[in-house]
Amino acid sequence: MTTQKTSQSRLARAWDSDLAYSFRKTPVAVVSAVIVLVLILGAVLAPWIAPLNPFDPASLNLMNGFTPPSTPNAFTGETFVMGTDDQGRDVFSTILFGMRISLFVGFSAVFLAIILGVTLGLLAGYLGGWVETIIMRVADIQLTFPSIMVAMLIFGIAKGVTPPEYRDQMAIWVLILAIGLSDWVQFARVVRGATLVEKNKEYVQAARLIGRSPVAIMLRHILPNVLNPVLVIATISLALAIIAEATLSFLGVGAPPTKPSLGTLIRIGQEYMFSGEWWILLFPAVTLLALALSINLLGDWLRDALNPRLR
Amino acid sequence: MLWNMGKQGLGQSDPNPIRAFYACIARSFLGHVPVKRETTMTLTLPTFGKGRVATTLMLSAAILGAGLAPVSAETLRWARAGDSLTLDPHAQNEGPTHTLAHQIYEPLIIRDMSGAFQPALATDWAPKQGDPNVWVFNLRQGVKYHDGADFTAEDVVFSINRAMSENSNMKELLSSVAEVRATGDHQVEIVTNGPNPILPSNLTNLFMMDKGWAEANNAVDVQDVEGGETTFAATNTNGTGAYKLVSREPDVKTVLTINDGYWGRNEFPMDVTEIVYTPIQNAATRVAALLSGEVDFIQDVPVQDLNRVSNTDGLVVKTAPQNRVIFFGMNMGAADLKNDNVDGKNPLADVRVRRAMSMAINRDAIQQVVMRGQSQPAGMIAPPFVNGWTADMDGSSKTDVAAAKALMAEAGYGDGFAIQLDCPNDRYINDEAICQAAVGMLAQIGITVNLDAKPKAQHFPLITNDQTDFYMLGWGVPTYDSAYIFNFLVHTRGSDRGSWNGTGFSNTDVDAKIVSLESETDLAARNATIQDIWTVVQDEQLYIPIHHQVLNWGMSDKVNVDVSPEDDPKFKFFVLN
Repeated sequence: MTTQKTSQSRLARAWDSDLAYSFRKTPVAVVSAVIVLVLILGAVLAPWIAPLNPFDPASLNLMNGFTPPSTPNAFTGETFVMGTDDQGRDVFSTILFGMRISLFVGFSAVFLAIILGVTLGLLAGYLGGWVETIIMRVADIQLTFPSIMVAMLIFGIAKGVTPPEYRDQMAIWVLILAIGLSDWVQFARVVRGATLVEKNKEYVQAARLIGRSPVAIMLRHILPNVLNPVLVIATISLALAIIAEATLSFLGVGAPPTKPSLGTLIRIGQEYMFSGEWWILLFPAVTLLALALSINLLGDWLRDALNPRLR
Repeated sequence: MLWNMGKQGLGQSDPNPIRAFYACIARSFLGHVPVKRETTMTLTLPTFGKGRVATTLMLSAAILGAGLAPVSAETLRWARAGDSLTLDPHAQNEGPTHTLAHQIYEPLIIRDMSGAFQPALATDWAPKQGDPNVWVFNLRQGVKYHDGADFTAEDVVFSINRAMSENSNMKELLSSVAEVRATGDHQVEIVTNGPNPILPSNLTNLFMMDKGWAEANNAVDVQDVEGGETTFAATNTNGTGAYKLVSREPDVKTVLTINDGYWGRNEFPMDVTEIVYTPIQNAATRVAALLSGEVDFIQDVPVQDLNRVSNTDGLVVKTAPQNRVIFFGMNMGAADLKNDNVDGKNPLADVRVRRAMSMAINRDAIQQVVMRGQSQPAGMIAPPFVNGWTADMDGSSKTDVAAAKALMAEAGYGDGFAIQLDCPNDRYINDEAICQAAVGMLAQIGITVNLDAKPKAQHFPLITNDQTDFYMLGWGVPTYDSAYIFNFLVHTRGSDRGSWNGTGFSNTDVDAKIVSLESETDLAARNATIQDIWTVVQDEQLYIPIHHQVLNWGMSDKVNVDVSPEDDPKFKFFVLN
């Protein structure tokens, strides 16, 4: 009874909060949120709503290749809403399944980057000294390389050490590792900056005086107060990670061709740009655009809403 | 007037808006390719057929023209999917590598654009009278290398011995040669182990290097490509050919310029005075470059874009069947495969598995969808041009998934297995798409295929180094004889034969027959042996043939040339309108 009551009141409190109010009053945020929600739902429910499983090579019929959208195939007579690609894969199903990979890689990579970046940022900011020097110099060095290059490097090394028979299964995890490891610097720098400000405030000094351990101070006292900017960067990083995954796959070093993600689909479609098979390129590209743009707009809104100076 | 001057190429501002649009797109893809076309002046002469009249006229015209400042500067911008693998002419027996080398170096004999023999550095050749084991070649006189050195018999002896040395990839072509000797400044004799009637056809890609240059530059040994070695000869050239190397950045750009001292300057059209070669792996980018006029000539128009290109004003597509077959190879020789999920045994060692895999491939679907009709399904790994090809064997591939499943079950692999397929992505027409289609087809009989597609420079060493279990390969046959296929692809891998046989197949009986082809002079007996060997190759399902390639050359209509069945443009033959 009581728990239900508190959860209800929590919901109500959330609805009345400044953040929710700002959300309701920003149409761009509402539209973006709806688009992201629809796309995520589509990806999550792909096995139930997609007409075909494009990742099962045995279910493909090459003769269905290059079927235009909503037009019966000349050989097999089958019809596909968004047409088929060069291998006879249904473009609609492939987009749904491809989005699963894109979103999964995006979320996991950002999660990895947060864990890594926040930990290192906290340590650097709170401990200072040589710990800070080492961590932040490594971060600086990594910042001088374009993150996509770092990701390709990590991808190449990981591919080299993976036994060939596991490569296809490992490709996704390697992608997450590559993107996550190339993305932690942002988090570390922001968290370090915020920690430097927080650690001199009275409540931290009070905690130190009563003898709390540094780990407890970092996790219980400083961390909650530096999370706001992390949330904003995380949202924007998610869009970037999804695009990074698409870029890697577009370059042919990401998801395997037999398990296409959005980037792989765009790479395939791009080959047929001049020959009139526009649907192979257009639909995945529009999906990627909608996904990345909506998440980015959400991140922009969140940044504005959480920044007291802009309120 | 005998000539007209001031013929201009398309200016920078293209009057055709569609082409201008593509130019825009292509520029964004190919930032480094210069957009501006040179304004050109050409000296065109009325043709008087072959003969001295034309030559004299040309000479007098040249004298006249000399007073009129720059006579001509016709740049041909040439693109294809992949680059030459090395400039060392004996290090890789591979199509695009030879194609670039043919512009710079010359063999004793070449094939012209129709595939017929033509004298190059040899003026004539014949078996020696009274000794059927010896071929006599009379060499062209007055030929100079690009650095000014004279071409002599010493260079021929040196080059052929170099091509038979340890790291050479041309050894199989010379396996019958016992000795090469100079019998004069411009005559050599090649001694073979037993009479070899087809020796001249083995020499058409065997380039002649300057002995002095090679010795001075520490380039006597052939580059070890598989070992990752780089040598002076792999990055520098000194040939006798119609074009000289100006600059080269592998996989980016190679520039050649005309060799004014070329011996055949007046025998061949030689309208092209500068060649800019840019490999463009991506099919759409390659087509965009042609549509926009960034390049004048591409050797591999993607099949999906044939209509687009041929319907564009100012562009022409020329199509011809190629002397090349595309197939899959399987490692049947290893006791256990590295790249599969079966422990302790090799599923590919069982001929029933290999046959089932071949039966699972639907070649008609590949032809119709992946190749859009631009291929000919194959049943054997010899193109129809080749001596030993039979319609019967070539039609023997059947698709039957049910029977293939039954064969798999009989072999004990009813639940299938997993294996990696290595595939090039910049060598053959739609190579990666064919491999992907095969993944789907093999999945129907329970074989899970992990596809690993990569550029040919990384793919080919896997085959020659025994590092792949299942791979795609294409084989052209410049000698037009089955022995070439057997020497490279069927004979047991050893020091002088079988360098491209990645299957691990080894059969002493077959090996003996392959060797016997070299010196068999009775044509009927020789052909019978060829058929015997083919029967074994077919029965063993040594390879899974896919199709014979069709060539699609796309070019600006100012280029006038016929498609060579070898996919081997030799630019000295190109006529520019």
